[in-house]
Amino acid sequence: MRIGIDVGGTNTDAALMDGPNVLAACKSPTTSDVGSGIVTVMKTVLAMGRVPASEISAVMIGTTHFTNAVVERRRLLAVAAIRLGLPATKALPPLTDWPKDLADTLGRHTFMVRGGHEFDGRKIAPLDEKELVRIAKDVRARGLRSASVTSVFSPVTPDMELRAAEILREENPDIAISLSHEIGRVGFLERENASIMNASLADLSRKVVSSFRNALKELSIEAPFYISQNDGTLMVPDYVERYPVLTFASGPTNSMRGAAMLAGEKDAMVIDIGGTTSDVGMLMHGFPRESAVAVDIGGVRTNFRMPDVLAVGLGGGSIVRDDGARIGPDSVGYEITSRALVFGGDTLTTTDIVVAAGLEDIGDRSRVAHIPAKTIETALNTIHRIADGAVDRMKTSAEPLPVILAGGGSILISRDLPSASKLIRPENASVANAIGAAIAQVGGEIDRIFSLEGTSRDAVLDGAKAEASERALAAGAKPGTVKIIDIEEVPLAYLPGSATRIRVKAVGDLAVE
Amino acid sequence: MANITNQDIEDLSVGAALLGTGGGGDPYIGKLMARAALETHGPVELLSLDQVPDGMNVIACGAMGAPTILIEKMPSGEEIGVALRAYESRMGRKVDAIIPFEAGGINSMVPIMLAAEFRLPVIDADGMGRAFPQLEMETFNVYGVPACPLALADEQGNTVIIETDNAAKAEFLARGVTIRMGGQSYLVNYGMDGATTRRVSVPATMSLSIGIGRTMREAAEARADALEALINFFQTTHYEIARVIASGKIIDVSRRERNGWSVGVVTIEPFDNPGKPVTIQIQNENLIAEQDGMVLAIVPDLICILELDTSMPITTERLRYGQRVNVLGVKVPPIMRTPEALAVFGPSAFGLDRDYAPLEA
Repeated sequence: MRIGIDVGGTNTDAALMDGPNVLAACKSPTTSDVGSGIVTVMKTVLAMGRVPASEISAVMIGTTHFTNAVVERRRLLAVAAIRLGLPATKALPPLTDWPKDLADTLGRHTFMVRGGHEFDGRKIAPLDEKELVRIAKDVRARGLRSASVTSVFSPVTPDMELRAAEILREENPDIAISLSHEIGRVGFLERENASIMNASLADLSRKVVSSFRNALKELSIEAPFYISQNDGTLMVPDYVERYPVLTFASGPTNSMRGAAMLAGEKDAMVIDIGGTTSDVGMLMHGFPRESAVAVDIGGVRTNFRMPDVLAVGLGGGSIVRDDGARIGPDSVGYEITSRALVFGGDTLTTTDIVVAAGLEDIGDRSRVAHIPAKTIETALNTIHRIADGAVDRMKTSAEPLPVILAGGGSILISRDLPSASKLIRPENASVANAIGAAIAQVGGEIDRIFSLEGTSRDAVLDGAKAEASERALAAGAKPGTVKIIDIEEVPLAYLPGSATRIRVKAVGDLAVE
Repeated sequence: MANITNQDIEDLSVGAALLGTGGGGDPYIGKLMARAALETHGPVELLSLDQVPDGMNVIACGAMGAPTILIEKMPSGEEIGVALRAYESRMGRKVDAIIPFEAGGINSMVPIMLAAEFRLPVIDADGMGRAFPQLEMETFNVYGVPACPLALADEQGNTVIIETDNAAKAEFLARGVTIRMGGQSYLVNYGMDGATTRRVSVPATMSLSIGIGRTMREAAEARADALEALINFFQTTHYEIARVIASGKIIDVSRRERNGWSVGVVTIEPFDNPGKPVTIQIQNENLIAEQDGMVLAIVPDLICILELDTSMPITTERLRYGQRVNVLGVKVPPIMRTPEALAVFGPSAFGLDRDYAPLEA
């Protein structure tokens, strides 16, 4: 049996799972120390399921703690931001285009060194080790406890980052080091930004991971625990201590995957309707389709593997206007319990419409009895048109797909959607995040530019697939369960025949139970 | 003439993406570099074409290579200056002003970096009036300016001078060198005097780009209709006519690779006429928009695919099923529509078996 936990900014959720079955689930407020909130929900689900702690074989945790720390500029370390790439990259030094307050918080300790590689593995310049030794001493003199190292084309050729780490450690044995090739993909500034953010979280990640450890110890759970990352796969705690940024945006991924499991679908659309917005995403092979555009975190441009989610202004608190012809995008939000008509307020919301239509029984029905039938009908049409439009917009083909409804606002949808082959409303959808964490798999990914000179496309693809599978095994996947779930080839535009960018993702089941 | 401000660079990055008609690369890194160049070297003057003196020594510049390389191996910022010095020493004389060879995409930014470093003006004009995939697709070439000597440089300070009497051959050789330079190079070409520059350039394209960006920004700030503002703005310029040639939903994107070009077809289902889809053929840039066998717009006129809600341009690699779009056709100035110009960058130059048909016809 497994326990999945989601530590959000507001609530900590837990789900006790036996295979695909949810035995127990609960919610509790997130505590400032994180750990005691986790203890509370784990105790609750174990009691609800009447399961002794010894029966638990793995615990999976999803958390937004690190994202929030960056967004709120809290508990961040000063960072030595070291770049290997001169003479290339000099035009835009580290921390370019960062928000001033965040760059100040991290101390603007930037260093640029000769080194880096070309896309085909040749060196831009030999690594300037002498300069690195000088920087290592300088880092020590400045009392910095964390460093990031980013080398040009390190996702293709990581050697120089590894060597730089050795040199830094000789002078600073206890320094935390974030290597960019472990964190991001091709796209230098975005990967460097992520590495610097990661380095700034070095202290916090140790504290948070140890609070997770202590929480499990307190309940005498001896099973291993894992933390979910933004692509819906798991990391071991030691890895999260070193690479906390990889947890960024794991929330939406877990929520979509959890909803998919509850619905028993692997290829489907998920629409998560909250109070203010509906978030729509697409699942392919049980994983969210990833966004192709740069993602801003706390004002910093990154290229994390984030699910592609479209947010539209349709929720349970959305304001209804023009006799139902116009809905949202504004909402009464958390004030719904005082402002919606059925709760004694004076604002016509979508929730009032479904109550007036007799579809739901919430609050005081008599307060919406006066709404004309025509307004109700128009509003219901508008609601379904918005939801259908959002689903259709996120699909990659015209083929209808199953649509999974999640979130408290899913009561708004009562009719078929033309873009959906069927509508599914799973039970326990309110703890989909925790369930998504519990069922997460382990993965390995390759994203590189391969030179095609002197080799064939097939040979290059085979090599990339094998390497991605090896990475999944190294991350703890059960041999025999590893599958390639995504291959993307992007030949380099404007450069005939010379090179192609290949991304391969492999996942497998976790080797426990 | 006015200096280029930081706000102009922000606006230019939006306008240049629109003139890129789907290609030309994301101007983000170019924008950061141009901003840094102004900070380091001071302001750059934008010189209008009619103020260029006869005897001025003018050189065109820009970058060549894959945008995917640019986003990883960022430039040192010195490449384009190294190329210019190599050119100047080959010619034995100094250059007086810089002109962009391409107004669309990231190449709108490189001339600003070079001009800042050498404290030279940038001429408010270019050789494409938009983005094109190849260096011979230039009004400079169309109206008889030799592309060579052409000087390329990389971040190591390596330089190559290409001398050939054929602009297409120069393009071919330069692209080969660019691959050996790690997939990205910076180059100067089409050296000419001021009188020639006035005769062979597409005028006022930098200020056009800046104006496009400013119009969209101001519309967003005022919560006004950006598309309408954009169409009105084009009417005040020498591009004169911009009109929505299709408005609908993308129902198919098929893309493949041919000789290093991203070739594809986008199919749009119009909101007002779902039975008659509009197709747009792409070769890095958008080339032709057709409906029911009729040409709606064709290269070199601009075909810009804009997000329905924001009117922001969508680059070719970001197109996908389900997007709601407006397709804007924009008339290009007469200098880009002569028979000589059409022979170099009209439909036949891209292997299209359609004749050129002016947008407004």
